[in-house]
Amino acid sequence: MSLKAFHIVFVAASVVLMAFLSGWSFLVYRETQSTEHLVWSFCAAASVVGLVAYGRFFLRKLRNVSFL
Amino acid sequence: MEIPYTYKARPDTGLYNAKVGIWLFLASEIMLFGALFSAYILLRVSAPAGFWPETALAWPRGLLNIPIGTFNTAVLITSSVTVVLAWASLKMNNFAKFRVYMVITVACALAFLGIKSFEYNDKFSHYVVRLKDGKALTGHIEVNGKHPGFWNFNDQWSVAKLAEQKIDKIKVELDPLRDSHGHVKHGAHHESREISVSDIVSLGSYTPATHPFFAVYFLITALHGLHVLGGALVLGYFAFPGAKMWKSNPEQFINRIEVGGLFWHFVDLVWIFLFPVVYLL
Repeated sequence: MSLKAFHIVFVAASVVLMAFLSGWSFLVYRETQSTEHLVWSFCAAASVVGLVAYGRFFLRKLRNVSFL
Repeated sequence: MEIPYTYKARPDTGLYNAKVGIWLFLASEIMLFGALFSAYILLRVSAPAGFWPETALAWPRGLLNIPIGTFNTAVLITSSVTVVLAWASLKMNNFAKFRVYMVITVACALAFLGIKSFEYNDKFSHYVVRLKDGKALTGHIEVNGKHPGFWNFNDQWSVAKLAEQKIDKIKVELDPLRDSHGHVKHGAHHESREISVSDIVSLGSYTPATHPFFAVYFLITALHGLHVLGGALVLGYFAFPGAKMWKSNPEQFINRIEVGGLFWHFVDLVWIFLFPVVYLL
């Protein structure tokens, strides 16, 4: 597996982590009503969108490099 | 005699030597960290119900600083992006950009270690004070106007040491109240309380000996930190003294950067798993 393929795996794992963090923060917000956690939840959700966009950009930029 | 397949791929595997080598190494690393993760999860699920420190072996919750952990996660994700951009720059024959991205990667690694050491220092000076009435208090303590670290009071003789130094009272800056999930209660804040040394049964800071949580937490994060340090040294070498190879053998140099980048991605991926398990759950 090349660095390109591993990077895609890494970005995918980061997307899952940020989605989890967003959901977790939202659940804590519902329990504690702390605005800080609501902000965290939105920031994590925004980073999911950012990471997916970056992943697509990366794949386009390195389309000529092998996955092996 | 020249070593074959240092930059050209073997016809049968389609891979050059170093790539096979790094994946074998990473497989052994997966086993190492996998065993430690398993240890953490088994200790956690077998911990008795209740709240630490009131129940001695219950699993502590909410002790780690989530904003700092999240920031460190962002730092490592950024470093993975820059290391791959450094490799891509070399592929596009742009050495100047490679060096810039590599320097950013190493800076991120050092920032991560700096923040982690700040977190460690906070834990080493954070105390659990057990009182004669059965209560247990947690927070930073003040003895004679100073905040002592674990090297001052962290054994069964801590209370005797205070008595020896003729200290009758210590001040504890108590942690804010938390709910059953470890989240700080809405509107809760730090309070200070003076405690007589004669009321204290034991005094210990957040070190590996204090609780299995700290033992596994410090072990995994310190081992991960050593990997970050090792990776930073290697990538720093490639960015400066090792970059001479770019002129003599550019293909092999690109492969070295790829192998370094694979290791760096592995180290970052470990943190991607470590952060939710240790900080959030």
